Amino acid sequence: MRRQPKEIIESSNMISRRALIVGGAQLGVMGLLGWRLQSMQVEQADEFRLLAEENRINIRLLPPARGLIFDRNGFPIAANEQNYRVVMVREDAGDVGAVLAKLTEIVDIDPDDLARAMQEMQRRSPFVPVTIADRLSWEDVAEINLNTPALPGIQAEVGLSRVYPLGADLAHVVGYVGPVSDYDLSRIEDPDPLLQIPKFQIGKSGAENKLEASLRGSAGTRRIEVNAAGRIMRELDRQEGDPGKDVQLTIDSRLQSYVQARLEGQSAGAVVIDLENGDLRAVASAPAFDPNLFVRGISTTDWNGLNADKYRPLAAKAVQGTYPPGSTFKMVTLLAAVEAGLVAPDETVYCPGFTDVFNIRFHCWKRGGHGNINLHESLKQSCDCYYYEIAQRVGIDKMAEMARRLGLGVRHDLPLSAVAQGLAPDKQWKAEVHGEDWRIGDTVNASIGQGYVLASPLQLAVMCARLATGREVTPRLVRLVDGVEQPSGLGESLGINENTLRRVRASMNDVCNHRRGTAYGSRVVDEAHKIAGKTGTSQVRRITPEERAAGVTRNEDLPWERRDHALFVGYAPFDNPRYAVSVVVEHGGGGSRAAAPIARDILLQAQFGGPPPLEAYPTGLRDEIAAQQRRIAARIPAGATGQSRA
Amino acid sequence: MSYLEHNTKYVPTGLRKVLHLNWPIVMLLIAVASAGFLMLYSVAGGSTTPWVEPQFKRFMLGMALMLAVAMVPIWFWRNMAFLAYGGSLLLLLGVEFFGEVRMGAQRWIDLGFMRLQPSELTKITLVMFLAAYYDWLPNNKTSHPVWVVLPVLFILAPTMLVLNQPDLGTALLLLLGGATVMFLAGVHWAYFGTVAALGIGSVLAVFQSRGTSWQLLKDYQYRRIDTFIDPANDPLGAGYHITQAKIALGSGGWTGRGFMQGTQSRLNFLPEKHTDFIFTTLAEEFGFVGAITLLTLYLLIVAFCIISALSNRDRFASLLTLGVAMTFFLFFAVNMAMVTGLAPVVGVPLPLVSYGGSAMLVLLVGFGLVQSAHVHRPR
Repeated sequence: MRRQPKEIIESSNMISRRALIVGGAQLGVMGLLGWRLQSMQVEQADEFRLLAEENRINIRLLPPARGLIFDRNGFPIAANEQNYRVVMVREDAGDVGAVLAKLTEIVDIDPDDLARAMQEMQRRSPFVPVTIADRLSWEDVAEINLNTPALPGIQAEVGLSRVYPLGADLAHVVGYVGPVSDYDLSRIEDPDPLLQIPKFQIGKSGAENKLEASLRGSAGTRRIEVNAAGRIMRELDRQEGDPGKDVQLTIDSRLQSYVQARLEGQSAGAVVIDLENGDLRAVASAPAFDPNLFVRGISTTDWNGLNADKYRPLAAKAVQGTYPPGSTFKMVTLLAAVEAGLVAPDETVYCPGFTDVFNIRFHCWKRGGHGNINLHESLKQSCDCYYYEIAQRVGIDKMAEMARRLGLGVRHDLPLSAVAQGLAPDKQWKAEVHGEDWRIGDTVNASIGQGYVLASPLQLAVMCARLATGREVTPRLVRLVDGVEQPSGLGESLGINENTLRRVRASMNDVCNHRRGTAYGSRVVDEAHKIAGKTGTSQVRRITPEERAAGVTRNEDLPWERRDHALFVGYAPFDNPRYAVSVVVEHGGGGSRAAAPIARDILLQAQFGGPPPLEAYPTGLRDEIAAQQRRIAARIPAGATGQSRA
Repeated sequence: MSYLEHNTKYVPTGLRKVLHLNWPIVMLLIAVASAGFLMLYSVAGGSTTPWVEPQFKRFMLGMALMLAVAMVPIWFWRNMAFLAYGGSLLLLLGVEFFGEVRMGAQRWIDLGFMRLQPSELTKITLVMFLAAYYDWLPNNKTSHPVWVVLPVLFILAPTMLVLNQPDLGTALLLLLGGATVMFLAGVHWAYFGTVAALGIGSVLAVFQSRGTSWQLLKDYQYRRIDTFIDPANDPLGAGYHITQAKIALGSGGWTGRGFMQGTQSRLNFLPEKHTDFIFTTLAEEFGFVGAITLLTLYLLIVAFCIISALSNRDRFASLLTLGVAMTFFLFFAVNMAMVTGLAPVVGVPLPLVSYGGSAMLVLLVGFGLVQSAHVHRPR
């Protein structure tokens, strides 16, 4: 098969031609590859570089330390505590089961926590630290550190957690923090990136919640390099955030603890205002709850217990609770009438024990009536008929206006949860809300703080403060934010005739210090610390004519929730007022019996800055008071006796 | 027996053959392999283990094999072509058979010191056999239908076996490599035109029929094709890899991020960074300059092969040289197109650079044939 040279040349030429075509095609493909490389590596290089950086660089937020909250003496009432936890890195542990078994020998670990941790470890990458146990004691951590060689993969870590040294005593004021929830996030318009940190703690109630903006601080950032599996390779840089600002409240934690202790066993609220600047010295609601429970995550049992309690420990009664103010409202009716010139101080009204208004009979609390009674005596003896009469003269609108001037029916701007507005009803309000005309009977009821009128202990304290000073005292809860003094609450003059106010005060003085005053039993005998005030007893039920005829059932014979509310507003010292107080004991019975003694004790405690000498009390009471002081001293937390740390 | 037509008197003998080797190709091969060692050193985090050392040993073995093959006269290899092709076909059948028995995806034969993939071997033996076939076939019969169908069968037999493994990349290389040899041998344009038209037609038919009542494939098959063509449809699977590869490549920029400084490879974002995707590491660390340099080295190797083939009057030698060059070209072109996102990921290594023994040894043996053809060319 020898080929002809011609054939060989022919074939060779053919191959050469086709080889050049193939070579040309190859060159074309390589040109395409080169163009592709050029467009990716030169033209789009920046975009791809950015993507590569995004791949490898993660930004982690560094949560700032939350601002502390102090009381007025510099005692910390919300602090950050070092919290030790144990974490495990699976890949370092080797035999996970054996290491955990050894760990449980050293420290007590809840089996549920352990099971949860095991599950999480299986789910996560082997290099991710998983929390095994939280909130360990320092001793436990020391023990773990000592055994480090036997516990591969186990590390003790430290974090900060919120702690409330005074526990329940300030629960309703300070509130508590908790992990941010989906609901929290959904309510916030432009969420702080910090809130995306799992279990980040934010204020959930009280001042912690309302002062969140100051307390939270801002996030720091940490740029880290991670590999494809998410393992941290190194830290690139770190920028510390700003810690939260410290806040100082006006609360005097010693007084606060005292008030809480004094209210113990009752469902009650009490507020103490400093008349020099409107500072809230104590805002107490009883019973209370331990906010530390919420920080740790409250158990279902505890939570159900708190909710089932008929005394409602979760409610901040001092600011949220609204009650018919009863006779403590009489100052409002009185001032409205006198300011309008519709009643003269020496004018007497005859009290037969009842007043008939358009065929409806309104009763005075005193069955036989007070007889002829003037302004001074009406307040001192709390005669109802006098107020029925003057209220009809002045009308509800002027009374409501006076109530608002004195701080009732208006929401005081405080950084506390659900501050109540209360209600100072007028004709317009009833038309709008009930769609009915205002009736004269409504005015009569309102004149003694019943009917539609509602006020919170805070509002009653503000009213009392304004009566005592004649100025528009506004309550102040925050004294300093980050060292900056907040505006004082001592307002301008109310513009009420000073003589009228003096008459009212003189009458309030007699309430406590005159033999026939309704709170004479709660008088203070120490001349320099005497108190003045007004009792109130507000009905929560209707007394039928039949019951009245048969004799009104005594409070003690009624079920708790149908008993009268006991109220007292007062101030001290009577001649140069420094503190105003309000006390509301839910279903406590009569104000003079249930509320006035509490108010007396609180005012004395506030004036003396500690337990008052027994000499301040009338002789007959001293033994009882001494026993009470011992009981309370034993209960007040040690910290609250207070070294200053301001 | 075409060498009988040539005067072989002037062909060098003995060690003098070494002087007549195509040295530029040898140097270029060493250069490309060195780039490979460098990159394997880099992806191992600055270590000669686990990849550089075995790769270097295999390269040395490959070079020795290349020289050994080069020393043997090309006419011997032509005579061996049928045996080689038949042998590799048997091996393919063997792994097909034993692979089934062993219940795994074991597609290679253990040679003790290394494992050989018969499918890699076939890439060279098929080209060799086709070159020998056309060397034997008289010119005037080249485009005769019977003599066209025969080599088509020669190509399809191993292609089908490989496709069945399944190894799409190798099947593609076999098909294109074989077709190129047929084209070079002078088979009439019309055949290629018809096949191309049929191929394009059927692809169009498959896609056009989608969603109509005469749909040719099942829905799930279409979805598979979608993912194959555009892996971005499957961002967690194949899409993730190609996306990361493109990021690595693109982030290299002009001059790259520096040797062993590529974050994509160092932090394991790159898949298969020491095998099929090693080019992206190179492009990331040495940038456009590095990538184009490697491309140029490849281009030069192909160019020197083509020059050698053109200057060789022997039909078998020319076809073989061009066939090996085409196979080599297909390797790096498909690999680069794959990692730059121009082509779907089919699993073709970057020749002489990717870690792996079979492809390197087979290619170096192929270049041994090219050298032999060069040394023993008719003068």
